[in-house]
Amino acid sequence: MLKRITPTNGGKGLPLLDVKNLTVEFHTRRGVVRAVEHINLTIERGETVGIVGESGSGKSVTSYAVMRILDRAGRIANGSVTFSGLDLRTVSEADMREMRGREMSMIFQSPRLALNPIRKIGKQIEDVLLQHAQVDTDVVSEKAVEMLELVCIARPRERYHAYPFELSGGMCQRVVIALALACKPQLLIADEPTTGLDVTTQKAVMELVVELTRERGMSTILITHDLGLAATYCSRVVVMEKGRVVETANSELIFKKPAHAYTRKLMRATPRPGVSLRGLLPEGETAKTKTSAPARKKRSQMPLLVVDNLMKEYPRQGQGSSFAKLFSRTEPVPESELFRAVDGISFSIARGESVGLVGESGCGKSTTSMMVMRLIDKSAGSIVFDGEDIGEIPARQFATLPMRKRIQMVFQDPTDGLNPRFSAARAIADPLLRLGELPRSKVRRRCEDLARQVGLPVELLDRFPHQLSGGQKARVGIARAVALKPDLIILDEPTAALDVSVQAVVLNLLQDLKDSLGMSYLFVSHDLNVVRLLCDRVIVMRSGKIVEDGPTKRVLVKPQADYTRDLLAAIPHPPL
Amino acid sequence: MNESASVIRQAAAVAEKPQQNSMLRHARYVVSENPVTGFAFALFTLIALCALIGPYIVPHDPLASDTAATLRPPSFAHWFGTDALGRDIFSRVVVATRLDFLIALTSVVLVFAMGGLAGIAAGYFGGWTDRIVSRVADTIMAFPLFVLAMGIVAALGNTVTNIVIATAIINFPLYARVARAEANVRREAGFVLAARLSGNTEFRILLLHILPNIMPIMMVQISLTMGYAILNAAGLSFIGLGVRPPTPEWGIMVAEGAGNIISGEWWIALFPGAALMLAVFCFNLLGDGLRDLVDPQRRT
Repeated sequence: MLKRITPTNGGKGLPLLDVKNLTVEFHTRRGVVRAVEHINLTIERGETVGIVGESGSGKSVTSYAVMRILDRAGRIANGSVTFSGLDLRTVSEADMREMRGREMSMIFQSPRLALNPIRKIGKQIEDVLLQHAQVDTDVVSEKAVEMLELVCIARPRERYHAYPFELSGGMCQRVVIALALACKPQLLIADEPTTGLDVTTQKAVMELVVELTRERGMSTILITHDLGLAATYCSRVVVMEKGRVVETANSELIFKKPAHAYTRKLMRATPRPGVSLRGLLPEGETAKTKTSAPARKKRSQMPLLVVDNLMKEYPRQGQGSSFAKLFSRTEPVPESELFRAVDGISFSIARGESVGLVGESGCGKSTTSMMVMRLIDKSAGSIVFDGEDIGEIPARQFATLPMRKRIQMVFQDPTDGLNPRFSAARAIADPLLRLGELPRSKVRRRCEDLARQVGLPVELLDRFPHQLSGGQKARVGIARAVALKPDLIILDEPTAALDVSVQAVVLNLLQDLKDSLGMSYLFVSHDLNVVRLLCDRVIVMRSGKIVEDGPTKRVLVKPQADYTRDLLAAIPHPPL
Repeated sequence: MNESASVIRQAAAVAEKPQQNSMLRHARYVVSENPVTGFAFALFTLIALCALIGPYIVPHDPLASDTAATLRPPSFAHWFGTDALGRDIFSRVVVATRLDFLIALTSVVLVFAMGGLAGIAAGYFGGWTDRIVSRVADTIMAFPLFVLAMGIVAALGNTVTNIVIATAIINFPLYARVARAEANVRREAGFVLAARLSGNTEFRILLLHILPNIMPIMMVQISLTMGYAILNAAGLSFIGLGVRPPTPEWGIMVAEGAGNIISGEWWIALFPGAALMLAVFCFNLLGDGLRDLVDPQRRT
């Protein structure tokens, strides 16, 4: 039997977690890198603290150091971590294992990755309970069901037997929370618990976490890149930049009176009601971009794109194996076996207009954009682009038509959208070489022009994607999309994978490009706050149908559909 | 036709694009980081040297028999001893490297071209292409592979070319499956969609965008099958198919020496066998190092 370390009753006066002067180093190929330097952090009992910072600020490393789950290259070089009066640096690995889960536990970013895909969720909760010998074996399944009930999973007794893939992302995150809380820890570390979840799911998950921790008197550390989220759900916010804590303040004060310049920059860059696109940029940088008002082009009468009664159907999963198909004649699949991802939608985009297409995951917005993009074929309806029904041209043929260069796209994940083996210049040159009329010798010059246009330093053109930062990769993707001077660009959540400050710059860049090149945008996003900044008109989609379509201002101020209201209400409202 | 030629030329350019200087520096890093890789590369250099200049440096004519000095144990004059006809085993082992190496290399190149491309096409296009390629691979896998190779060589005729073809065919499923899986993962990747938006034909996307990206994993496969191909070629020769005596070849030499082990002349089978083992060992170790070398993520 393991010696039980019970750090409780370390005195009521002591804080639950006290991090003093913490420095974490990583040994890499280029020598020692300090990910975190001289961090001081105190968490009182029952307190909810948000750690906010952009990628690379060291916020996750700090929490890993507290849990002592740094990977092999990393080590705590200096400082102390005291948990309930116990110095965690001196605790043996075996005792540490005992403490993780029982005294402190963690929720990770991707709930699907955190769950074992081939084990029933109920069993996974039992595993944790048994591991820490919290309950007897005969009542453990009862206890697991109780935990599922606690995290508001409907029909917990049935869901006990569910596998992670049978549950939605939000439900998986609830199960992860149940796992983390099963042994009644005193400290919960939530590392970006809602990234990748829809806003309405995010709201439900965060409220659950806050409520449960309050009920049980636990302390919570919420690690996030979203200042608004942290300020909404935490009592205190710690802002980190480049491995250092730059500011610690109460969440009411952080928006009102940000003390540090970095906090101000972060705060300004966070999209929120009542702030214009230009207002996101740091002070002093707003002047150099021109105002967009006079650049309005005269709009021609005919809309650029008219989508009418567009439909996309997929066969439901598990309908006949490929083996059966091999031997049976292809018969029309019965109506009931088809799933309508896009269910008869109609909209139009005028020349020079930007339209936002908003909805939660699975609403069909991506399918719609792929069909308009002519990457997949429609099931029914028409897509009329500049007077021509391009919906009739099969997607495979469309790639080589001259029409191709008039519709381009910026992808969601700047990393995934770039070929890892192509340098930035080669990536930007690809459309020019294939569809452009430029002679080969002039392509390089054009790439450099484009790089300048999107604000990418020309000397970075010969780098490969993994040598570029997220913002730089986004710029390469945008340069590639505008290289052929298209009429319509579909922006598929172009900033979803970027930090807020980079997002602010990229959104402004997109606005400038639109003004100077006179393009139309179809902006696909789940975030109304971001769409608001860039779009004249918003289309809200749900389950393959359009529920609302109107001017941005009207939709945001006076939403007509209930669903739009729900979406708006789910956006975190930090105390302002 | 013109299109495909230019595509292939560009594919080659993409493959060797990284600047030679940084490539060298990276190679040095990979080797220094992992001593096993360094050892494997050293062994590979030795094998490659034997294959290249072996016939010019060996002390004896590998085919010359000397009836006065048969079945001599290893000595200063004959490092690995002599066989039943008095031929110098050291010279024969070294000279055999070229033939074995060549058989393995050509069969691997052949199977890489066939299996790799078929697999990528299967993974990328799916549908009927996938079904046909996968069923062909399954059919080949259904046979005991060595017996299949024996059958192919016996049916096509007892020549070195047919050994190469047989070895390539039995390795086909390995390549097709790996390439298929890797291409399948990438067919919906953003950069593939982007390539389509840029006006690339499907054929170009396959060769220029997907193939270079699965090279790291294919390198591991190539290295592993190199070892396997050598073993296979030697195995076929051992049972009397393919290479014929008196040509020096590891498999034949082991076969020739097998009868003598019982009478105490162990060196005749041991040294070619050890060479065979070392070569296979070397290629198996080489796989990881090669992957590190080709993967751009690992280069800084």
